[in-house]
Amino acid sequence: MMETRNAAVAAKTAGGVNTRSSDAVLEAVLYGLAVLMLVVLMYPLYFIVIASFSNPSSVAGGKVWLWPSGFTLDGYKELLKHANIWIGYRNTILYTAAGTAIGLAVNLSAAYALSRRDLPGRKLLSLYFIYTMFFSGGLIPIFLTVRDFHMYNTFLVMVLPFSVSAYNIIVARTFFQTSIPGDLWEAAQIDGCGNLRYFAQVVLPLSKAIVAVLGLWIAVGYWNSYFNALIYLKNPDLYPLQLILRNILITNQMQSGMGSGEAAQIALRLASLMRYSVIIVSTVPIMLLYPFVQKYFNQGVMIGAVKE
Amino acid sequence: MASGQAGTTGRTVRQIRRGAGLYVLLLPAFILTLLFAYKPMYGVVIAFKDYSPALGIMDSPWAGFKYFEKFFQSYQFDNTIRNTLVISLYSMATFPIPIALALMVNQMRANRFRRFFQTVTYMPHFISTVVMVGLMLILFSPSTGLLGNLYALFGAEPPDLMGSPGLFTSVYVWSDVWQHAGWDSIIYIAALSAVDPSLYEAATVDGASRWQKIRFIDLPMLLPTAVTLLILRVGGLLGVGFEKVYLMQNDLNLTSSEILSTYVYKIGLLSSQYSFSSAINLFNTVINFALLIIVNQIAKKTSSNSLW
Repeated sequence: MMETRNAAVAAKTAGGVNTRSSDAVLEAVLYGLAVLMLVVLMYPLYFIVIASFSNPSSVAGGKVWLWPSGFTLDGYKELLKHANIWIGYRNTILYTAAGTAIGLAVNLSAAYALSRRDLPGRKLLSLYFIYTMFFSGGLIPIFLTVRDFHMYNTFLVMVLPFSVSAYNIIVARTFFQTSIPGDLWEAAQIDGCGNLRYFAQVVLPLSKAIVAVLGLWIAVGYWNSYFNALIYLKNPDLYPLQLILRNILITNQMQSGMGSGEAAQIALRLASLMRYSVIIVSTVPIMLLYPFVQKYFNQGVMIGAVKE
Repeated sequence: MASGQAGTTGRTVRQIRRGAGLYVLLLPAFILTLLFAYKPMYGVVIAFKDYSPALGIMDSPWAGFKYFEKFFQSYQFDNTIRNTLVISLYSMATFPIPIALALMVNQMRANRFRRFFQTVTYMPHFISTVVMVGLMLILFSPSTGLLGNLYALFGAEPPDLMGSPGLFTSVYVWSDVWQHAGWDSIIYIAALSAVDPSLYEAATVDGASRWQKIRFIDLPMLLPTAVTLLILRVGGLLGVGFEKVYLMQNDLNLTSSEILSTYVYKIGLLSSQYSFSSAINLFNTVINFALLIIVNQIAKKTSSNSLW
């Protein structure tokens, strides 16, 4: 009682009850909306988690809402039986590791060179990369090029040809321009330090934020993409996880040709249960990456927002 | 005179030599871009030829605009262009959502809640397209999914979200909002964190409500970023991504889900009509490029925001 009156008095003295009450309404709407959004974002994901531990009949019958019903690990056990999932897993880890390493090396070094104002031909070279953001030869000409280089259906096509990203180069270039002091290079030069050594030993250690942010972008891209694999791979032993997942989740290849009868019923139920567990197993690793680089994130994204 | 000229040349040579290390850094990205971005751009001539793999790009006979005319006259022309445009414009209409989200986050005074809210809104971005569409298929299944169960609670008949042409675009766009709005808001949150705090203090002294501060300080601050991103969106008007649409496609919704990029893929790689596919692709690229330039010009004239 006392408090409310005090608040009212304070509001009046601060210049108008109206303003304050509108602020309170804003506050209520804000948090109300935020909580609603959290539910809409989190519940479907939570549902997948509990459904992956539940009896598939309970899930289909609408008995699973807040916790698992008929707890079971069958979905996860079923995963272990499918060798192609684990081959895909291994391939994806290899593609992501190699692709991220190559992507970081290629884009960061180019970005640094372009960030230096004393690079002769700098403007033209920047345009050379930027142009590729807006114009491309298109699917078939690129496909034919890859085939001409005998890269079709190889490990290499998944990690090398498309590692250059003009967008990443621009972001990293802006970072180098704004956060590496020019005097540093002058000083290094006097000490007889060349460009390459300077980049490796001085610039990179000062650029952890951009390495973390670009590394995350590139790694997530590799982990999640299926397009290049769909276009350029034929051999199932080279398939990344996402392409295998596509067969399981979208085209339902696991369920086709199973015949009928009780055994088929069980197989069908296991297949539907496995769809939940495979989502968890494939998605959790890449989500875990995020908290590690989160502290660099604001810095990194801010740079992306700066226009030169 | 002569010695002066020699001095200039000498200086250029010296400059280039001193930049040698920088060129070494630039080289890998330069070569990869040349081979896998510029070489295919030359390969685009097959759109004007009757390409035959046996003859190669050079020796295949010219076909003029045959394949462009073929596309303009085919019934898929209207269909794919309309579907692509509808999806694109519908998506574009949701561009204020990340801005609203950023304004919300910026208003949150409770730091812990704010961080939690941000983390939760970013998380879905890390879900791969394959898993996302798989999730939708599972959750939206009228017979066994979460949505079907929800409708069953109220004794209602659930809609078939994944299998009806009329709902395809809405499902595509709103699932995108669900997955990426939080992530897309990062750039606006970064822009807001750059607002000079003295602006808010001055507004408080003048008796401004929180809503007024949002309206007259925050929104104008976000305008340049929003315009830049919008220009890029318009440049991609006919560039609706292949990955998600292709996964969401099925025989039931094909009338609204066949877009330019999926058609290019089917014609080109599934039925090996290389020249025809390249012609459609080139038409698409040229329109995008033209749109980008036009919108950029308009933005330049009407405001100080433009890409170049």
